[in-house]
Amino acid sequence: MSRFKLPVLTSRVWKVWRRNFDVFLKTWHVNFLPSLLEPILYLAAFGLGLGVLITGSVDGGSYLQFIGPGLVAIAVMYGAFFECTYASFVRMYFQKTFDAIVATPVSVEEVIAGELLWGATRAAINASIVLVVVAGFGLVSSMWVLLVPALAFFGGLLFAALAMCFTAIAPDIDFFNFPTFLFITPMFLLSGTFFPLGLLPTPLQVVAFGALPLTHIVNLSRTLILGRTEQLLGFSTELMLALNVLWIVVVTLVFFLLAIMLMKKRLIK
Amino acid sequence: MVSANVLIKAVGLTKKFGDFTAVDSIDFEVYEGECVGFLGPNGAGKTTTVRMIYCFSPLTAGSLRVAGLDVTTQARRIKSIVGVSPQEDNLDPDFTVIKNLQVYARYFDIPKSEATSRALKLLKFFQLEEKRDASIAELSGGMKRRLIIARALLNEPKILLLDEPTTGLDPQGRHIVWDKIRSLRKQGITVILTTHYMDEAAALCDRVLIMENGKIIENGAPQQLIRKYVGQDVLEVEYDEALVATLKSELPDVEVEVWGEQVRVFTKQPHGVFERVAKKFPDKTLTIRNANLEDVFLKLTGRKLDEER
Ligand SMILES: Nc1ncnc2c1ncn2[C@@H]1O[C@H](COP(=O)(O)OP(=O)(O)OP(=O)(O)O)[C@@H](O)[C@H]1O
Ligand SMILES: [Mg+2]
Repeated sequence: MSRFKLPVLTSRVWKVWRRNFDVFLKTWHVNFLPSLLEPILYLAAFGLGLGVLITGSVDGGSYLQFIGPGLVAIAVMYGAFFECTYASFVRMYFQKTFDAIVATPVSVEEVIAGELLWGATRAAINASIVLVVVAGFGLVSSMWVLLVPALAFFGGLLFAALAMCFTAIAPDIDFFNFPTFLFITPMFLLSGTFFPLGLLPTPLQVVAFGALPLTHIVNLSRTLILGRTEQLLGFSTELMLALNVLWIVVVTLVFFLLAIMLMKKRLIK
Repeated sequence: MVSANVLIKAVGLTKKFGDFTAVDSIDFEVYEGECVGFLGPNGAGKTTTVRMIYCFSPLTAGSLRVAGLDVTTQARRIKSIVGVSPQEDNLDPDFTVIKNLQVYARYFDIPKSEATSRALKLLKFFQLEEKRDASIAELSGGMKRRLIIARALLNEPKILLLDEPTTGLDPQGRHIVWDKIRSLRKQGITVILTTHYMDEAAALCDRVLIMENGKIIENGAPQQLIRKYVGQDVLEVEYDEALVATLKSELPDVEVEVWGEQVRVFTKQPHGVFERVAKKFPDKTLTIRNANLEDVFLKLTGRKLDEER
């Protein structure tokens, strides 16, 4: 095992990003429609269906208001995670795209970093589309909403890095069923997306806060879109937001480096 | 065109995969402007060697310098002056033919207009103009190979690495590639190629390195190796006890190799010796032909079935 070295990344990272962006532009309509329809379906189902049953206020607003920022956060998670698992795996394993690129002055590290930045971008694009729908339903009540694309990008980078670590160890494409069902689906439901985490027993709140990345993105998303923050574990609003940001930054950094390290190990033969 | 400058120099070059040694401490030099062929049976270590030259695979031991640069520390500079046509197809199926070249050129920092003009010239040369807007899935195997070679030339490389460039090509396709290699060599480009076609190696290479089990077992100009190992003429005939006996008694230096039902007889003596023997067996179909590189290759790397009979 060689000594740990920080990866050397140059602006060539963006050429890898650009390759994926070019493919995206070619097929944007295929990517665009589902991202647009999905939140509409959710909001319609929850607003017209479930929402009618929930008559009281949820965390100081309507139920529909509550889940709007959750849907934005879910788009961040799905956008980045699926891009850097299934899609990256196809490029790496079936298409040998990475092998082709590393024969040029672009390095393996830069290929992976470019993939991760692209995954973050996908998250930002998907989340922005969902945000437009949420705004269309009249569920935005803060000017801070303008920062949501930035949150989506950095939150997306977190999920991209996590996803890439799975890609680095995936023996085949079916392997991704495991993280999807054991990690992504539980998070989809249990990160303060569809009900306030405060309703859970304290130990579960601690788990959701400590171990589920989506919790932090949901919390920040709700703060930016609604201008209010869910109270958890007795933290003040300021401390809560600081911890959310810190958690995302630290975990992203760790997994960003880990993803590059693991992928190097896999790709360099 | 071959200069005295050493462009690629390997010393004790070794590559291991776990306990398995794929390239076993080889030494070789490639001169500027030279065309060198790596020959060898499947699994000999040709691709592994080529991959170390373009810094895809790190060395396990030894040293390797390309254009004076060390592959372990100067990968980026080496990769910018090398063009690679890998054995495996890795064209980008998400793009059309022309877009494949444009996107690839971007990795080399070639500006877009320049990239497009180079791409169009290369497509023309490799007779892929009509496919310029086709998707990769629409190309035949041979067209893909030609496009991969075209892609390897986008950065106007000083060194061209071609790993089995003509496998799967039709005769026209092969000649297109051969012509291109010859014309590039006139411009001073250095070429390393691997191939299983001995006629290709003989036609293109100044020198061949024959590999087996990770080692270089012979090295020289094709004609020189042919003279050294097989001589001028080869006699091919169906196996026949009496004939082989006669050959051995009349021509003391002959070497007889039996390959299944076929016998190949080599001699270092001048033209005409086989004709004398042939006259004594008028009802046999004997083929007398010039010795070639394939005879050398089989002799050096093949099992000698004669010894087992
Ligand atoms: N990534 C790898 N992991 C383990 N073994 C490998 C790897 N790559 C190659 N090998 C082994 O190294 C040896 C040399 O392989 P290489 O691809 O260099 O052969 P080659 O001479 O190019 O053969 P071919 O003519 O079939 O292309 C083979 O035995 C192969 O199985
Ligand atoms: Mg090979």
